[in-house]
Formats: sequence, structure tokens, C-alpha cells
Amino acid sequence: MNFIRKFAVGAAVATISLTVAGASFAADITGAGSSFINPVLSKWAEGYKAATKNIVNYQSVGSGAGIKQLLAKTVVFGATDKPMSDADLEKNGLAQFPMISGGIVVTYNIEGVKPGELVFDGETLAGIFLGKITKWDDPALKKLNPDVKLPSSPISVVYRADGSGTTFNFTNYLSKVSPEWKEKVGSDTAVQWPVGFGAKGSEGVSTTVAQTAGSISYVEYSYVVANKMGYSKLKNAAGKVVEPTLDTFAAAAANADWKGSKNFNVIVTNQPGDKTWPIAASTWVVLYKQPADKALNDGALDFFKWAYEKGQKDATALNYVAIPEAVSKVVMESWKKDFGTK
Amino acid sequence: MVDATNGADFSRVDVASITKTFKLQDRIFFFMTLASAALVVLMLLAILVVLVIDALPTFQTFGLSFLWGTVWSAPTDHYGAVPAVLGTLISSLIAMLIAVPLSFGIAIFLTELCPGSLRRPIGTAIELLAGVPSIIYGIVGLFVLVPLMQLYILPFLIATIGQVPVIGYLFQPPAPGVGLLTASLVLAIMVLPFITAITRDVFLTVPPMLRESAYGMGMTTWEVARNILIPYTRRGLVGGVMLGLGRALGETMAVTFVVGSVTRLQASIISPSTTISAQIANTFGEADGLQLSSLIALGLLLFILSFCVLALAKWMIGRSDSF
Repeated sequence: MNFIRKFAVGAAVATISLTVAGASFAADITGAGSSFINPVLSKWAEGYKAATKNIVNYQSVGSGAGIKQLLAKTVVFGATDKPMSDADLEKNGLAQFPMISGGIVVTYNIEGVKPGELVFDGETLAGIFLGKITKWDDPALKKLNPDVKLPSSPISVVYRADGSGTTFNFTNYLSKVSPEWKEKVGSDTAVQWPVGFGAKGSEGVSTTVAQTAGSISYVEYSYVVANKMGYSKLKNAAGKVVEPTLDTFAAAAANADWKGSKNFNVIVTNQPGDKTWPIAASTWVVLYKQPADKALNDGALDFFKWAYEKGQKDATALNYVAIPEAVSKVVMESWKKDFGTK
Repeated sequence: MVDATNGADFSRVDVASITKTFKLQDRIFFFMTLASAALVVLMLLAILVVLVIDALPTFQTFGLSFLWGTVWSAPTDHYGAVPAVLGTLISSLIAMLIAVPLSFGIAIFLTELCPGSLRRPIGTAIELLAGVPSIIYGIVGLFVLVPLMQLYILPFLIATIGQVPVIGYLFQPPAPGVGLLTASLVLAIMVLPFITAITRDVFLTVPPMLRESAYGMGMTTWEVARNILIPYTRRGLVGGVMLGLGRALGETMAVTFVVGSVTRLQASIISPSTTISAQIANTFGEADGLQLSSLIALGLLLFILSFCVLALAKWMIGRSDSF
């Protein structure tokens, strides 16, 4: 009995002290979704906590699962690599805006070909992933790379086995440059690939490409940098050959028509501009327009405002591209209408 | 109290009320154990109900054609179960073909032939093998087995069996290392300790008299295993094999790493493929709407499949009673 009484008193004291502690800070701002944005969002959350003492708690569970949690109202914001449709936003009373950009790079492992040596254009890339171009010395590849000695070995196509925003953006690009791809395969976080085989996660893709001679795949830029993988240049929509760099990714985000689009629903693949990298990707943040807890929602918006204004350096350090200032101004302007911020 | 222990005065003890207390205690105990047992059944039913409800949109959209559909395409929102179900069945079947003879061999060695000093270490090694987490098998499979398969084993199979008519059809490229056969090998290693442990234990239940008589009559070890051990323990062996099969059917992590995740239908057993559990593990996080429902429908099929395996095992055990 004595033990139980002691325990009850202890629990009561703990509850009271927790309540007091909770009152002195605002509740945590919770979010869930895209794993693409996770490294930079975590970094921002650290900086934001140091600056304001407010805590942002993000679960990197995948875009689809993040939206599911948002709809179940277990988190304040969701983050997704695939923008929500106008109808879905309307139906659930949500608003979205782009938070970060990055580049997706075509990677390869061909004996005797160095990183950065190869050039692809949209049509040949679609041909390879459709299974129409099956050897590395195909005339189409030779024509694009007259100075590179290409072997006659078969091409092994590797793709992301798990559903991912990277796959969504890559297949979105192929759909834009190849009508045949659009008709036969289409674009989503996972598709039925006509050739090749899958590897799990970006790490799995990196490992598999390194292990498989004659392989080609696509992966986020930071993995190519970290693992010193082979990467290609690409011919963009303006017909110029560009290198994958943070500058060309930024050009893609800057040249996209954010202002003219409803709900910022722009996929930044195959965008215009001489310097534009053709396969860029963005992550959107989704919030309720009329949230149950307005203070928390405003807290989240304050965090994103901080990230737009002070977070560029963190983004660059992690090989991401911050949303250009011109675009973030448009976004914050839209908050007045969507969330009633001042 | 002192009086009672001396056994002198029973008249002060109310026998009826004590019996009543005991009866009540027994009843409470009965209902508590009943509740524990009922929880298992309820849980099973709850899982089934949730699976059926969440899978309903898929069956409403595709009807039963989901069961023989061969396309799995999120952009067109069209889903069929055949590639994943077939991959699950074939990979488990090959794994059993490899693991069962090996397990029986190990068990016979351990119970009949092994010198006493080796028995403990080998037995412990097998038990440790059973305790290795499946993610480890996945990683070792991806980093060690896949390159070996890609560079040596699969090219050899294509050059030899691949050239034989009819059977050769099952050994055709593409063979990038990951694939059904690789997954089957990993599965075989994973189920090996389970089948071995059960097989060894049931072999040990054979009465020494039977065994000694057989040896005494001049039987060889092979004849003892063939004519005494296996027939005598048939029920337990079937149980062990089915337990291994159940594990192989549902194994997720290790298979996801090495199966190659291809949802196209292919005849070759060395080419990349997919299984139900790998398909779910890969695409569940990003799936929504009809795709999510179809993944749950796949889960329901796996549930039914495992149930059938278990039912079949029970039936076979029942039949072998009459031997």
C-alpha cells in the first residue's frame, strides 16, 4: 500500500511539473512526410530552435504517409515531393507552397568512361529506360558523344524500387520529353518499368550501380557527390548541354513560372532557360487553411519564413537549392490570403 | 490459528464459505485465461476484418480480375496480383527445395553420426543462425551474394542449364545478380535453422529401442534414417517444413534487398522479380487511394496463403496419423 501511495504522489508531482514545463514553451510544431527534405529540414529545425527556442519535430516517413498523417490531423504540416492536386487541396481545405529544390542526376557505371564525360538528351534517355536502346555503343549515344569511346556492352537499367519523389520527378521529365514514355509508362512515385530492375532507397541504387558494370540510374545529386559516382551532362529544353551543379539546379527553380501557377503546382523538370538543369525536383509544404490550433499553424509558418530568409546557407551546404528569393516573396505574399498572416 | 494447526477444533472453520472462495477464485482464474486465449482469436479476426475492409475498393474496382491481373501500374491506377503472388510462391518453393534436404541432412548427422563433442557446438551454431535479424541477411545478400551471383554463378547457369531445351527457358538473362534465385538462396539460409531445429528434436523422440534394434539387425545408417527415423517422425517433419514455408512466404526485409523489385511477369527464375511482402514494403509509404487498397489486398492474399499452408499442414499431419 505504501508503495502505491508513493507512486501516486510521484505521478501527480510529475504531471504537475510537466504541465508547468509545457506552459513555459509553446507546444512542438510537428510535421511529417518527404524524406528528400529531411536532412535540410532537420538542420533548419536546429537553427530555428537556437534562434527562437521553438521546437520543430519532423518525421521522415515518405510523402504519401506524411499527407496521410496531415489528413488524420496528427501533425501540423505535411511535406511532399509530389504536389497535391487542386481538387485534393480544395476538398480538404489545404494550401501548399514550395520549400526547397534540388537536382536529380543521371548516374552510370561504364568501364573506361569517367564521371561527367557522357551527354544525354531527353529522347535517348527515354529510349534507354524504354528498353529501345540496349547497348552502350548505340548510334544515338555515339552521335551525342563523338569523343567518348563507348563499349558495346549491354545497358543495365536500375531504378528506385521503393515509391519515391525522385522517381516521380524523373518519370515526369521522361513524360515531358517522350510522348511514347507518357503513353506507355507515365509518371508517379513508382511505375511499371519496361526494363531493368529495382534497388531499395538512394543508398541501394548507389550500391547497385557501383556493383553492376554497364548500369545506368538516377539519384539525388548529394549521393553522386558523396559516393563519387559517374554522372552525365544533359541537353536541356533550350538545347544547351549543362553540367549538374547547384547553379544549374537553381536556374531551374528560378526559371519556372511559379507566379502564374495555381497552388504553386509546378514540376521543375524540363524548364526553359540556357543554364537550366532539366531534372530538378522540389518539395512542397502543406498546411490547413483553417487549422484546429491556429497558434501552432502560425508557429509553423514562422519557421518556414525563417527558413526562407535565413536557411539558404544550410541548404547549399547540404547540396540543396533554396527557393529563389523572388519566389519565396510570392509564397509569403500568398500566406496573407491563405492563412491570414500579416 | 495455533489450535487449527494442531488439528483439534474443526467446528470453528466455515467449510462452506472456504469452498465458495475457492470456487470463485477458480472461476476468476478460468475467465482470465479464457480472456487471454480469446484475445488471440479476436486479434486474428480483427486483422482479417481490417484487411478486408481496406482491400474492398480494389475488389470493387477490378472485381476478381485483380487475382489474375498481370499489370501493376500506379500512373494508370491499374493493379493485378499475379507477379507478386507468383514471385512469392516460386521463391518460397525454391527455398524449400534447397533447405529441406539440407536440414534433414544436418539433423541426421547431429542425431546419428555426430561425435558427442561436436554435437553441442553445431547445435548452438544453428540456434544462433536462427537469431540473426533478417536485415543482416538482406545486407549480406546484397553486398556479398549478389556480386557472386552476377559475376560467376548466374553466367554459369545460363551457359549450362540455360542451353537445355524447355528447362533452359527458366534460366535466361537478364541476370543482374538480384533476382528470384538469389532471394530463394537467402530464404533457404534463413529457414534452414528452423527446419533443422525441429527435425533434430523430432528425430530425438525416436525410441532408442527401435533404433538399436534396427542397427542390431545390420541396417546401415542410411537405412535407419530412411526406414526408421523419417517414417516414425513424419508428423513432426511435416510440421517443421510447413513452419519454414510459412516463414519463407512472409519474409520481407531480406527479400526486398535482393529480389530486384520488377513487377513485369517473366519466365526466367534467375531474373529480377518481386514478392507480395517486398511489393508492400517498397511502395507502402508513398501509396495512396487505389494503390494503397491494392497493396492491402495483396496483404490479404498473403494472409490467406499462409492460412492455407497451415491448414494443409494440419491436414497432412492428420492423414499421416494412420501410418
